[in-house]
Amino acid sequence: MVAVTLLETAGLSKNFGGLLAVKDVEFRLGEGEIRAIIGPNGAGKTTLVGMISGQLRPSSGTIAFKGRDITGLRAWDRVVRGIVYTFQVTSIFKNLSCYENVALAAQRRLMDGMIGHLTLGERRIAERVETALRQVGLAASMDRPANALPYGHQRLLEVAMGLALEPELLILDEPTQGLSEEEISAFCELVRTISKEATILLIEHNMSVVLELAGKITVMDKGAIIAEGTPEEIERHPEVQRAYLGTRC
Amino acid sequence: MRWRPGRVLALHLGVIAVLFAAQFFLPAYHHTNAARIMVLATYAIGYNVLLGYTGLLSLGHAMFFAAGLYGAGLPVYYLEIGALPAFALGMLSSLGLAIAFGLVALRAGGVSFLIVTLMFAQAFFLTTLYFNEFTMGDQGFILPERLRTLELGAVAFGLAEPAVKYNVALTVFAGCFLASLALIRSPIGRILVAIRENEARTRMLGYNTFAYKLLSLAVSATISGAAGATYALLFSYVGSSFASIHYSIYPLLWALLGGIGTTTGPLVGTALMFYLVDVSSGFTSSYLLVVGAVLVMLVLWFPKGIMGMVRTRWLTWLP
Repeated sequence: MVAVTLLETAGLSKNFGGLLAVKDVEFRLGEGEIRAIIGPNGAGKTTLVGMISGQLRPSSGTIAFKGRDITGLRAWDRVVRGIVYTFQVTSIFKNLSCYENVALAAQRRLMDGMIGHLTLGERRIAERVETALRQVGLAASMDRPANALPYGHQRLLEVAMGLALEPELLILDEPTQGLSEEEISAFCELVRTISKEATILLIEHNMSVVLELAGKITVMDKGAIIAEGTPEEIERHPEVQRAYLGTRC
Repeated sequence: MRWRPGRVLALHLGVIAVLFAAQFFLPAYHHTNAARIMVLATYAIGYNVLLGYTGLLSLGHAMFFAAGLYGAGLPVYYLEIGALPAFALGMLSSLGLAIAFGLVALRAGGVSFLIVTLMFAQAFFLTTLYFNEFTMGDQGFILPERLRTLELGAVAFGLAEPAVKYNVALTVFAGCFLASLALIRSPIGRILVAIRENEARTRMLGYNTFAYKLLSLAVSATISGAAGATYALLFSYVGSSFASIHYSIYPLLWALLGGIGTTTGPLVGTALMFYLVDVSSGFTSSYLLVVGAVLVMLVLWFPKGIMGMVRTRWLTWLP
């Protein structure tokens, strides 16, 4: 059974004033996958998902989502179409309550144009906020200001914001960074639940998380994809061992 | 913390009720002052929508106030139109100016936006002087009393009447006060606050932040224009001094003093500043020194302004 392609890039490159951060990447992601992208620091992982989520404009190449070319779409338009990105550095509205943080995401899904906001009932927003917060286990912190949460919970709040946007593709950029062991295993559980509804693209350094969650792994090095396959294939791959462990001559 | 719609509405209606009742007790002098304060506070409310709830600092709002002032004043003076259409024209002038200005200026962020507002406002000020054939430049013109009548159906009110003046000022103030409350309590208000807090993140939640900033500017300018138009109609003088940099700085001071990002702050700040000048100028000719010293102390001790402090310490539900 071949999965339907959700996302596909062709010849995607990003040039930062002479530095080729991503070069000529052909990346394909099937619907319903949990895909991990790994690679050493500076391999171009964040740049690649930055282009997929629309925060960065590619220097060349195209991106197609559900068969439609989205290369020219701005970031907010891609969110509306279902591509949701959660930040590597926790990026929440620190001065607002958890409720407000998630409500901002939830109402985006409910509204219909700017004027539609005026008729949008708070109760419908509140329902969705509660669902998303309950899913990540933060329902009790609803009225607390976001900056009063411990760091691990702030990451979960960020995920709740992503969930309230009802993503088709959820991009998690180093989600377990700074989490404790227990928090990580709870997080893996959460990701597995989310993956029933959404395709997940995971950038992750923690190999045990990657091996536990990912159905397929894409390895990047120096801006290019050097290997792709199941966790078992990747562990044995000579290119990967060289990139990660260095060559023995 | 989250759900206090009843209390919030009661507070705002209470403020309006107190202002309404005050006209029966205030001595004549303070009666006139109160009318002026309500019009200027309306201007501060408009300013606060942009600064307090969207986080955009403008040093050019005088052009929106003055666009309302001239937009209402010129047609009354030359075409002898009635007060209501003049008021509508004043608001529309500000709205039109804000959209044209915003499409250009909102492409700049932060300090650049500030500079652009300053430049545009200066250009607007010079324009009012350039066309001095019509505007009479910095001398301005006075709207004759016979032209200043408000016709509602068959009844005509003379806007020079103190009681009419007071209640028209109150009506405009109350309308803008409640409109600003409704806006910031709506899902749109939530997005504006999100832009203030972290614009990049707001974009990644799927919002075209440029469009929302433009909306905020349009609302802010329309309220400022309503204040300007009311000012011309009630206090009869239309002059380019209202387009000068002073009138861009005043609403900033009023809002800062009362508390930016609070709905009641603009009224509190405007009233306080008005009486600060009024009282201190009775004692000394260097009253600005007194005003300056008080402002410095307030900023030192109450950096969030008066209502901002009240919210932090006592009434956390204040919008």
